[in-house]
Amino acid sequence: MQTVAQPKSLWGGELGLIAVLGLLGLLCLFIAARTIEPAYAFHMGLGVIAAALSIFAIFQRYNARPAERPPLEIDGLPNYNFGPVKFLTLMALFWGLAGMAVGVYIAFELAFPDINIAPWFNFGRLRPLHTSAVIFAFGGNVLLATSFYVVQRTCRARLAGDLAPWFVALGYNFFILIAGTGYLLGITESKEYAEPEWYADLWLTIVWVVYLLVFLGTLYRRKEPHIFVANWFYLAFILTIAMLHIGNNAAVPVSMFSSKSYVVWSGVQDAMFQWWYGHNAVGFFLTAGFLAIMYYFVPKRAERPIYSYRLSIIHFWSLIFLYIWAGPHHLHYTALPDWAQTLGMTFSIMLWMPSWGGMINGLLTLSGAWDKLRTDPVLRMLVVSVAFYGMSTFEGPAMSIKAVNSLSHYTDWTVGHVHSGALGWVAFVSFGAIYCLVPWLWNKRDLYSLRLVSWHFWIATLGIVLYITSMWVSGILQGLMWRSYTPQGYLEYSFIETVAAMHPFYVIRALGGTLFLLAYCLMLYNVYMTITASERAAPAAQPSLQPAE
Amino acid sequence: MSSTGQPHHGGSLFSRHHILETSPILLVLGILVMVAIGGLVEIVPLFYLKSTIETVQGMRPYTPLELAGRNIYVREGCYLCHSQMIRSLRDEVERYGHYSLAAESMYDHPFQWGSKRNGPDIARVGGKYTDSWHVAHLIDPRSVVPQSIMPSYGFLMTTPLDTRALVDNVATNREVGVPYTDDMMANVMTDLKAQVSPDAPEAAALLKRYPKAVVRKFNPATPEITEGDAVIAYLQMLGTLVDFKLYDDKANLR
Repeated sequence: MQTVAQPKSLWGGELGLIAVLGLLGLLCLFIAARTIEPAYAFHMGLGVIAAALSIFAIFQRYNARPAERPPLEIDGLPNYNFGPVKFLTLMALFWGLAGMAVGVYIAFELAFPDINIAPWFNFGRLRPLHTSAVIFAFGGNVLLATSFYVVQRTCRARLAGDLAPWFVALGYNFFILIAGTGYLLGITESKEYAEPEWYADLWLTIVWVVYLLVFLGTLYRRKEPHIFVANWFYLAFILTIAMLHIGNNAAVPVSMFSSKSYVVWSGVQDAMFQWWYGHNAVGFFLTAGFLAIMYYFVPKRAERPIYSYRLSIIHFWSLIFLYIWAGPHHLHYTALPDWAQTLGMTFSIMLWMPSWGGMINGLLTLSGAWDKLRTDPVLRMLVVSVAFYGMSTFEGPAMSIKAVNSLSHYTDWTVGHVHSGALGWVAFVSFGAIYCLVPWLWNKRDLYSLRLVSWHFWIATLGIVLYITSMWVSGILQGLMWRSYTPQGYLEYSFIETVAAMHPFYVIRALGGTLFLLAYCLMLYNVYMTITASERAAPAAQPSLQPAE
Repeated sequence: MSSTGQPHHGGSLFSRHHILETSPILLVLGILVMVAIGGLVEIVPLFYLKSTIETVQGMRPYTPLELAGRNIYVREGCYLCHSQMIRSLRDEVERYGHYSLAAESMYDHPFQWGSKRNGPDIARVGGKYTDSWHVAHLIDPRSVVPQSIMPSYGFLMTTPLDTRALVDNVATNREVGVPYTDDMMANVMTDLKAQVSPDAPEAAALLKRYPKAVVRKFNPATPEITEGDAVIAYLQMLGTLVDFKLYDDKANLR
């Protein structure tokens, strides 16, 4: 089309972003110079550096790029934008290592408390670092990477925006950096899974809105008549996380020059907001988003269509409707009014159905392809993740029943439940997706080693089994000890006796976590070798690039 | 062309679903409606149903020193191992004291109910141990509780309390709804010092503004106010404000 070469100049988006980043950088510099808090000044300093580096990078790109915008299609095929996807995949792998390593460390802290190093590496500061690093840094980067990949492929359209996808990818990881270093330095709102302070929250809000716009913009560009089911789940994840994030983090900062803020909600209302957020961080971040991964990667890897289109419709709408109600089951027998507790319990039990609807849809997608489980360890990982999803989403409703919860709450049973979901479901489906993605993105014929995938799978599964069984035993044991009475009607155990009884299980749990981490390192090696040493894919090995007929 | 399923229409509702599948904006609206309902029903009534927060006597805002201590409690992530929420279960009430009321955390921004007990609940720890026990316990938990798995917080005893932003912190609490009076606002720094100076004349004024405040030099090792003083002042008041001899739970049935 372009017969006359355009003169090269900065595009509006580039100019606008340079201006915005410049202003933000100056604001950070101003705050860094004025604040009395060294940790806050450090964060603002990071902001200045990030803004400067980003502006430099935009000019670097400008020097290297052609005058014309990249075409949306080349020879009738979509010109996909996989640069941000590659970056996000690598960041997910990096943060996964960091987050799991911290998890193993704090597991050993509970078994051997003398390894706490005050103040930075005490359990209280490291636990939010672990949870945020595995959920938001590892999981978040996996969700960003896969959503940017899946939305392009299933819409057969190039990702919307020029710099916007990069802004989302880099901006999100900058948020992670601020959040993580903040916990170590003692900057926290203390709202579980939403600990970052007000300025990090504001930054994440901006990044998230751009993320939504990129995703929606790509949907509007689609060449396929229908929006593919995985994208419904991604969209629900993006929209709901925005709603939850804003509601739970509504806070008034002490001043612009202070990292400290006070949430506008108090006491019982704050508790309700927190677990409305907290349980739906599970429901929409760790479930809806990863179900989207299941809906794309399982059929793709199994080379079978999704089992039931109707089931996916029912399962989608009922899942997102019911999940939102489940929060109060974190507050059974507390000062939250009974009516709210009962609602939370009722909806949590109902939630079992759509959850298993999703599991059935994922598992039965393998109809006619079950034999592949023997030969393809990547598919095995994906399928076992769905099985773990089914197990966790059965255990969850059971634990939300008030009678069960009176025993399980405040104990390790909850921790075990979370990890059967986090390790078995979220991590395994992520690993499966990354094992699929890396050869696709780097244009390789296959992974460097399927044997290593198999080792990864078995060692990690052994780790999960050690983890969740030890936590079941310790949780139920401690819950029973707390409520145990002597024949004379006195409480049988002091609290510290119940802590001492946990020690062997804490050691087993830490070993389980160590196995999971070691197996993860096999994956890192495998991915590294795939990118650097694997055979390139033949050009014809990209069937989905063929135009529809 | 994707191998991942082709929609096949049929049936009344299912065939209409293509409307949502072909319009991103309708899909967005549908999702927003579905995910808004549960939160609205569960959260909004908590703000206007009077029974949500019990009527009690004795609740007051935190003294400046207690607030500073609470902020350190938050900063160190204490809530990750210690709940401040005694459930209405027999063993909990016998172990920890009266079950926690919503009213007892109504001035808490944020709430600190916690979700996991690696250590015991401390909603009513106030007055249960001496100051010197708390000092020894924070410096080396296993010196007083040999089987404890708590980290050491000895640095609190040697770190001077940074009070430069304390007035602003109290003011922000007032902004978000904590009933600090003008009198309290005007005396933040005086009250801070008074709480660790039991013999000073200002201590009486502090107790008038903040009844039941514990006035002592909590960490006697240093003359200046340390972070340890603030944390122990906070711990020593936890759960002590409402007098349960006078509390009428029948009047607050929900």
